[in-house]
Amino acid sequence: MAWELDNDRPIYAQLVDRIQMQIVSGQYPPGGKLPSVRDLAAEASVNPNTMQKAFAELERSGLIVTQRTNGRNVTEDEQRIKDIKDGLAKAEVDNFFARMKELGYAESETVELLNAKHFMSNNNEGEQE
Amino acid sequence: MNELVELVGVTKSYDSRNVAVNNITLTLPKGKIIGLLGPNGSGKTTLIKMMNGLLTPSQGSIKINGQYVGTETKAHVAYLPDRTYLSGGQKISQILDYFCDFYADFSKERALEMLQSLNIDPSVKLKTLSKGNKEKVQLILVMSRKADLYILDEPIAGVDPAARDYILRTIINNYNPDATVIISTHLIGDIEQVLDEVIFMRYGHLALYTSVDNIREQHGKSVDAYFREVFAC
Repeated sequence: MAWELDNDRPIYAQLVDRIQMQIVSGQYPPGGKLPSVRDLAAEASVNPNTMQKAFAELERSGLIVTQRTNGRNVTEDEQRIKDIKDGLAKAEVDNFFARMKELGYAESETVELLNAKHFMSNNNEGEQE
Repeated sequence: MNELVELVGVTKSYDSRNVAVNNITLTLPKGKIIGLLGPNGSGKTTLIKMMNGLLTPSQGSIKINGQYVGTETKAHVAYLPDRTYLSGGQKISQILDYFCDFYADFSKERALEMLQSLNIDPSVKLKTLSKGNKEKVQLILVMSRKADLYILDEPIAGVDPAARDYILRTIINNYNPDATVIISTHLIGDIEQVLDEVIFMRYGHLALYTSVDNIREQHGKSVDAYFREVFAC
């Protein structure tokens, strides 16, 4: 199944995002083995060179390590993974507040809505996911 | 040496008013999948035929792997023409034998394997197949060679979307990392994500040669959208 890719951003950047997400969400656990460039490129229906570029980028950010004889693994440095996860979470929050601002909500009003939602889901625990 | 194809001042004119390819100078590296894109009549097929030695440039020269195009380079170039040259009365298995005789780098096992995964029976005659299946057979023949350069002229035009995906996967999985694949097509959106680089041609001129990620980075849009903008009628 080919991966869904957007039209307006470089493909390698989207591959980086996607693999990064799979790592921080634990789909590829710390120290776990990653598929080969070729296999993953075939799965995503993208050019192997592009996948290679994405892996190089992830290596630079310290999320994956290449072993000379043994392919690529997710880093065992859980703090590094946590840092990147926190960074992603912060970006999501910023993004969310920015969109709420576009809708005309001040930050305090947005926080109020969040608290109300939080309160409701606490009362409905079990029904909510 | 990383250059695979070197074009220097290549020009082809069919007559004095009709210059199909106009002074193209271009060097293509090894190990890339390159889209050759341009509107109808922009000179794509003429350029491809010159790289295959089927047409002689009026001016300029073409080298492949350091050799001028000729008998020697044909052994290293796998070419899928825009129309078929196979005879419909032959069985597919006969055509496979024919390719074995013709090309030292042809792998019959690989061809049979691909035919099987597309459910095409090698014992039938080519003319009994549908248009799409004929195209698939021809692509299989080309991709079963172990060439340095694959040149595919409109490889996906007549096949359904599922087969198109299969063909693209076949191209990704079968080309070796030192080989280069040149794909000419109008269906940019369908192949964009397998391309490293694109060549835009317009009225026989080289309009642009750059990487797909460059276009997306600089213009914030897909190659398909960018093409429509550049060549808007």
